[in-house]
Amino acid sequence: MASLRDIKTRITSTQKTKQITKAMHMVSASKLSKAEEFAKAFDPYSNKIKEVVTSIAGSGQDADHPMLQTREVKKTAYFVIASDRGLAGAFNSGVLRKVYRTIQDRHQSNDEFAVIVVGRMARDFFQKRGIPILHEITGLSDQPNFADVKDLTSETVQLFIDGEIDELVIFYNHFVSAISQEVTSKKLLPLTDLQDEASGSSKSMYEYEPNQQEILNVLLPQYAESLIFGALLDSKASEHAARMTAMQNATDNADELISDLSLQYNRARQAAITQEITEIVSGAAALE
Amino acid sequence: MNTLTVSVVTPDGPVLEDTFEMVSCKAESGELGILPGHIPLVAPLSISGVRLKGPNPERIAVSGGFLEVRPDKVTILAQSAERPEDIDIERARAAKERAERRLQAKQDEIDFRRAELALKRAMNRLDIAENR
Repeated sequence: MASLRDIKTRITSTQKTKQITKAMHMVSASKLSKAEEFAKAFDPYSNKIKEVVTSIAGSGQDADHPMLQTREVKKTAYFVIASDRGLAGAFNSGVLRKVYRTIQDRHQSNDEFAVIVVGRMARDFFQKRGIPILHEITGLSDQPNFADVKDLTSETVQLFIDGEIDELVIFYNHFVSAISQEVTSKKLLPLTDLQDEASGSSKSMYEYEPNQQEILNVLLPQYAESLIFGALLDSKASEHAARMTAMQNATDNADELISDLSLQYNRARQAAITQEITEIVSGAAALE
Repeated sequence: MNTLTVSVVTPDGPVLEDTFEMVSCKAESGELGILPGHIPLVAPLSISGVRLKGPNPERIAVSGGFLEVRPDKVTILAQSAERPEDIDIERARAAKERAERRLQAKQDEIDFRRAELALKRAMNRLDIAENR
């Protein structure tokens, strides 16, 4: 049985850990509410740009653009959003495992695909496995501005326009609620689902200045960039939520451990006292 | 007097929503002036200042944006849009100098075009901020 001092040390160290996890829990909670605000602020922009894009793409006629057309896939890019830090439960492992499995299922050689990563955890994961990384961003702030990721998004979209990649699939944690996040994969480019959606809702007809084609040239890259940015915000919210839950669990476990240890400690203390009394009594008895 | 509801939105959130009498902006194909009752229109904007005229006029520095017009409503969607008082003049100046240096150094075409765009954005911001 562990000595009294050993148990005491364990109790104090667990208490210290609990303090830290509790603090991290509260920090994540406040970051989560901020991240949700950011995601909400982004909504009007994304809704509007989607509305305009679908109405143009759906108006038929000469609305064909390289970004709307499916072409033979020679190279696929996977856009993976993870985080810079761990301690967020299954947040990183979930998304990374799914990407890795998809890659192994779909591709034989390294020439057929590449990854674009956000977050140190994702970068290290792919580097270790020798998977080619096209672009990476690490050290992104907790509330990213569009300006922070503009370079990444526009370069990614440019890769598709230049024909370096023929398909872009994005993997991220979708924020369902504070206690549930879902690993999601979405095919981002080419934008194939626009025409289908538009046919159902023909809202307003526009005059185009100078013409549809020119507008699509400007608008589609912006739209694709906004989709990537939206996924990033979504993933950030998920990250904070996942970390919050993980830290809550850690705090609960620490509580449980402390109560177990305290019980053990008290028992040990009681046993020591009983033993001492027995010793004294038997010592006194021996003298008589 | 007829008025237009103008809203300016960016990925980082709405910048402005108010009513004005006229919107005057620079589309890629040339200057556009929009009065209430305009037919529905979509046009990409160049990196420029948008002037909103009315009792409380506003000027906004826009980059990477486009304009959606309905008879009583104008929506400007832009990758960045700032009011004069929100512009960080120091930063814009630094960006301008950086872009100018890059343009001086001979580089390949992509970098050149990127620097050119950065220079345009910086000059636009400075222009809007300094001529309030």
